[in-house]
Amino acid sequence: MANVTIDGIKISVPDGSTILQAAKEVGVNIPTLCYHPDQAVKANCRVCVCEVEGNRLLQAACSQPVFEGMVIKTRTPKVIEARKTILELILSHHPQDCLNCIRNENCELQSLAAEYCIRDNPFENKVRGIAKDLSTPSLFRDPDKCVLCRRCIEACTVIQTVNALGIENRGSHAMVVPTLGKDLIDSPCIMCGQCIHACPVGAIGEVEDIDKLMAAIADPDTIVVTQIAPAVRLALGEEIGMNTGDLPMEVFVAGLKQIGFDHVLHTNFTADLTILEEGNELLTRVKNGGTLPMFTSCSPGWINFCETFYPDLLDNLSTCKSPQQMFGSLVKTYWADKMDIPAKKIFSVSIMPCVAKKFEAARPEMNASGFQDVDIVLTTREVGRLFRMSGIDFKKLAPAPFSPWMGEYTGAAVIFGATGGVMEAALRTVYEVVMEETLGDVNFTVARGFEGIKEAEVDLNGLVVKVAIAHGLSHARILMDQVRAGVSPYHFIEIMACPGGCIGGGGQPITKANAKRVERIEAIYIEDAAMDVRKSHLNKEVTKLYEDFLHEPLGHKSHELLHTHYHAKNKKFL
Amino acid sequence: MAEEMRIVLRNYGKIDPLKIDDYIALGGYDSLNKARSMSNPDLISEVKASNLRGRGGAGFNCGMKWNFAYQAQADQKYVICNADEGEPGTYKDRLIMENDPHTLLEGMAICAYAIGATKGYIYCRGEYPSVAKTLKLAIAQAKEKGVLGDFSIEVRLGAGAYVCGEETALIESIEGKRGEPRIKPPFPPVIGLWGKPTIVNNVETFANIPVIVEKGSAWYAAIGTPSYPGTKVVTLTGDVANKTFFEVPTSTTIREVIFQFGGGIAAGKEFKAVQIGGTSGAFIPASQLDTQIGFDAMTAIGAALGSGAVFVLDESRDLIDVTARIAKFFAHESCGKCAPCREGTMRVHDLMDKINGGKGVSADIALLNKLGRVMSYSCLCGLGQAAPSPVLSTIEHFSADYNAKLM
Repeated sequence: MANVTIDGIKISVPDGSTILQAAKEVGVNIPTLCYHPDQAVKANCRVCVCEVEGNRLLQAACSQPVFEGMVIKTRTPKVIEARKTILELILSHHPQDCLNCIRNENCELQSLAAEYCIRDNPFENKVRGIAKDLSTPSLFRDPDKCVLCRRCIEACTVIQTVNALGIENRGSHAMVVPTLGKDLIDSPCIMCGQCIHACPVGAIGEVEDIDKLMAAIADPDTIVVTQIAPAVRLALGEEIGMNTGDLPMEVFVAGLKQIGFDHVLHTNFTADLTILEEGNELLTRVKNGGTLPMFTSCSPGWINFCETFYPDLLDNLSTCKSPQQMFGSLVKTYWADKMDIPAKKIFSVSIMPCVAKKFEAARPEMNASGFQDVDIVLTTREVGRLFRMSGIDFKKLAPAPFSPWMGEYTGAAVIFGATGGVMEAALRTVYEVVMEETLGDVNFTVARGFEGIKEAEVDLNGLVVKVAIAHGLSHARILMDQVRAGVSPYHFIEIMACPGGCIGGGGQPITKANAKRVERIEAIYIEDAAMDVRKSHLNKEVTKLYEDFLHEPLGHKSHELLHTHYHAKNKKFL
Repeated sequence: MAEEMRIVLRNYGKIDPLKIDDYIALGGYDSLNKARSMSNPDLISEVKASNLRGRGGAGFNCGMKWNFAYQAQADQKYVICNADEGEPGTYKDRLIMENDPHTLLEGMAICAYAIGATKGYIYCRGEYPSVAKTLKLAIAQAKEKGVLGDFSIEVRLGAGAYVCGEETALIESIEGKRGEPRIKPPFPPVIGLWGKPTIVNNVETFANIPVIVEKGSAWYAAIGTPSYPGTKVVTLTGDVANKTFFEVPTSTTIREVIFQFGGGIAAGKEFKAVQIGGTSGAFIPASQLDTQIGFDAMTAIGAALGSGAVFVLDESRDLIDVTARIAKFFAHESCGKCAPCREGTMRVHDLMDKINGGKGVSADIALLNKLGRVMSYSCLCGLGQAAPSPVLSTIEHFSADYNAKLM
C-alpha cells in the first residue's frame, strides 16, 4: 500500500495504483478523453494531467503510478490552465458541428468542452478537410472529427484482431486510417462496429437508414413489417431514459406501431427455428462424419471475419443463415401467404443490435424469397432516435401484441443475445431430442459469463459432446487456430464477434465499459427465467411452420430458404 | 584560460579508425578486460562514483541507470547505443564513430558486462550511412579478434524521424514499430527493448566509459564541474569565427566556448544570441554568457546543455525568422501521439509565422507564451516538452524583436 495525498485528502491505496484510480477512491473526478476502462492506458490526450509535488512536469493521472508519500493536486490553476489549453487545441482541430453530429449529446469531447467552460477558443478553427468514408453499408468514418485517442485502433487490433485501422502520417497530419490508406470496404474491416463504442466522439458511426424507413411508412402501398433481435429490447431502454432491461416488450411493440409499423414480429421466432435447423445439422454432422467442429453462424461480423481470415475453414461454418436472414426469407414467403399479403408489398425491416447486419442484409445471395429478404436494418441506436423523434411517452403507452405466425418465442431464443446463449439454447434442445427425455434443469450455467472462452462437455447417452464458446474475435482466433492446426477437441463452437455477444453489438447504445455489457447479460437471463417456455423445440408457431410449410428440419424448403453458403473474401493484402 | 581536454576524442587523428590494431596498440580493450576482472556491482559502483551523467540530454547518472538494469531479473538484457544524432548542428557522435568506433564498442561491451547483457544495438542516424559502414567493419574486426566475448552488436539505421532520438521511440523503432515514445514509467532499464531490461546511452556517454574504467572514478569526477563532471564535445555553427568542434571540461563558460575556442563572432559583428543543445535549446542572451556549460548551471538559467550544439547568431540575424523556422521543424517532427505536441507544435508554427509575417498582435505573443508553457510540462515526451523553449526564451530575452514585428 502507498500513502498519498490528493487535494489535501490522505488515502492509502494499493501499490501500482494510478493517480486516476487513487483519485476515484477519494471522490475526486479527473477528466479523461483517451482513457478507456477496458483498454490499455494510452496517456496521449493529456487531458488528465495533475500536479505532483516536487515534479516540474505535470503527470498524466491515467498512467502515472502513485508512490509512497506522493502529494497530488488535481485542480490548481496551473492544472486547469493546462487542461483547458489542451482541450482548446483539440477542439480547434475539430469541426465543432455538434448539432449535425451523430454523437451530439453523447460525446466525451463535447462534455469536456462544457465542463471546462470553453468559450472563446483563441486558436483559429482548422479541419483536416478529409471526406467521410461511406464505403460500407454498415459504418462510416469521419476523419475530420477524429481526436487521435486511438481507442478504435485498440478495439480493432487487440479486442478483435482485425487490424483494419492504424495511424498514418506525423504531427498534426497524423490520422487514423484503414489499412494502407484504403477505404474501409477494401480493408479487412469486418464491420463489427466495436470501434464505434470505442470512439469518444463522432468520428465513426453507423450508416443510418431512418429516412428509408420513413419513406416506406409514408407509402400507402407498402406493408412495413419488422423483426426485433433478442438483444435489442433490454438495451433500448438506455436510449429512452430507462434502466437496462426495464422496457417491457409489449410496450416496445406498441411504440413501433405508433411510429407506423404495420406488423411487428420477432427475430426470436427464427432464433428458435435456428436451434432446430442448427441442432439437427450438428447431429447430422456428428452421425455422418461431417466437418467438425461446427461453428455457429448467427453473427455477421464473425462470418465476415471467417471469410476474411479463415477462408480455409468455411466448411466448418453451419450453413444456417442467421436468424435475421431466416426471418427475411420466411416473411416474404410463408408469412406473406399466411397473411395473404403480396410479398412484393412487404418492406422488411430488421431491428438489430448490430451494424454488420446491415452488410449481411445487403449480401446479394440473400434473396431466396425472390426479393431482397431484408430491406433495411435499423440499429438499437437508430430506433432510440426514432422514438425520441416521434415523441413517444412510453409510460403512457398501452401494451400491444405481436402479429401472428412469427411472433412467438421461448427463453432459449431470448438468450441468443448473450455470449453462450446460442450454445445453451442448442443444448436444451439437442439434449431432449437425443435423450428423448425432459431436461430437468434447463440452466447450462457453464455457458454463461463474460470469460473470453468457455467450454463444456455434455454426455448424451455415451456420446460426449464437447463445446466451446468465444466472444470477441481475439478469443475466437484462439479456437480457430486450434481448428486450423487440427487439434481442436470440440464438436460445436459458438462464436460471437462482439464482446459479450449481441448485447455488446456495434449497434447497441454507446457502451463505454464492459460493466454495462455484463449488466445487459444479467437482464437477459432474468427475462429467460421468467419465460414459461424455455426450449426452442416447444415453440408452437415454429412447430406450425414445420407442419404447414417446411415439413422437416434440413428439408428441401429449409435448404432453399434457411441455409446459405460462404465465400472467401480473398483480400490480397492479408 | 580554459583549455581543451580530450577524453572521448582521445584517439582522434591518432589512429586509423578502420584498423582495430591501431586502437589496441593505444591500449584499446584493456579497459574491457579490466572491467571483466571486476565484479558487476564494483564496476557499476565505479561508474556511479565517477558521476558520469548521460550525454544525450537528460543528464541521468549513468551508473545508477546501469544498476537498475543490473538489478532487474530477466533472461535477456540489451544495451543500446543511441547514435540517432538528429539535433541540427550536432555532429559529436559522428566524430566519435567515424574516428574511433572501437571506443564506442568497448564502452558498450563494458556496459553489457556490468548489467549482464549479451546483445547490443547501435541505432545509427539514417543520414549516416558511411558511419554505419565504419561501425559494421569495426564490429566485424572486434568479432574476429574475439575481444567482445559473447557480446554481439548489431547496427540499425534510423529512417529520419527526429523523435527516434527519444529513447523509447528508438526502442519502438528497433522493434519495427512506428517511432513513438512510450509512457514512462516503466523506464527502459526495467522494461525496454522487447520488454527486457535495456540500457540506452548516447555515443558520447559510452565513449567516456573505457577511460573511466582505466583511470578511475576519482580522476574523472575531478574534471569540470562537480555535479556534471568530465568533458563535453561542443560543435560550433552559425556566426562564429571557428566553425568547428572542441572537447572542453564542463566548467567552461559559454563565453569561453564562443569567444575563446570559437574565436568570437565572424566578420567583426556583435554577438546577438546563442542556442545551445540543438534545435530545442533555449536562446541565450549576452547577459548569460558567463554561465558554465555544465548541466545544472544551464538548467538554472532555463536553458539546457543538450547535445552540446552551439549555434551562434550575430546582430544582423532576424531572431523571429529563425524561431519561426525552428517552429516549422517541430511541427514537422512531432510524432503526433500526444495532443499538446501534435496540435501545439502546429499552432506554435502558425503563430510564429503570423508574427514573422508582420501580421501578429500582442495577444499572439501572450498566447504563444501560454501555449509554450503548457506544452513544456504537459507533453508526453521530451520532444514536445522542449520544443517550445526557443520560443519561450526568445520571448523572454528578445521581446523587442517580437514587438518590432507586430502589426
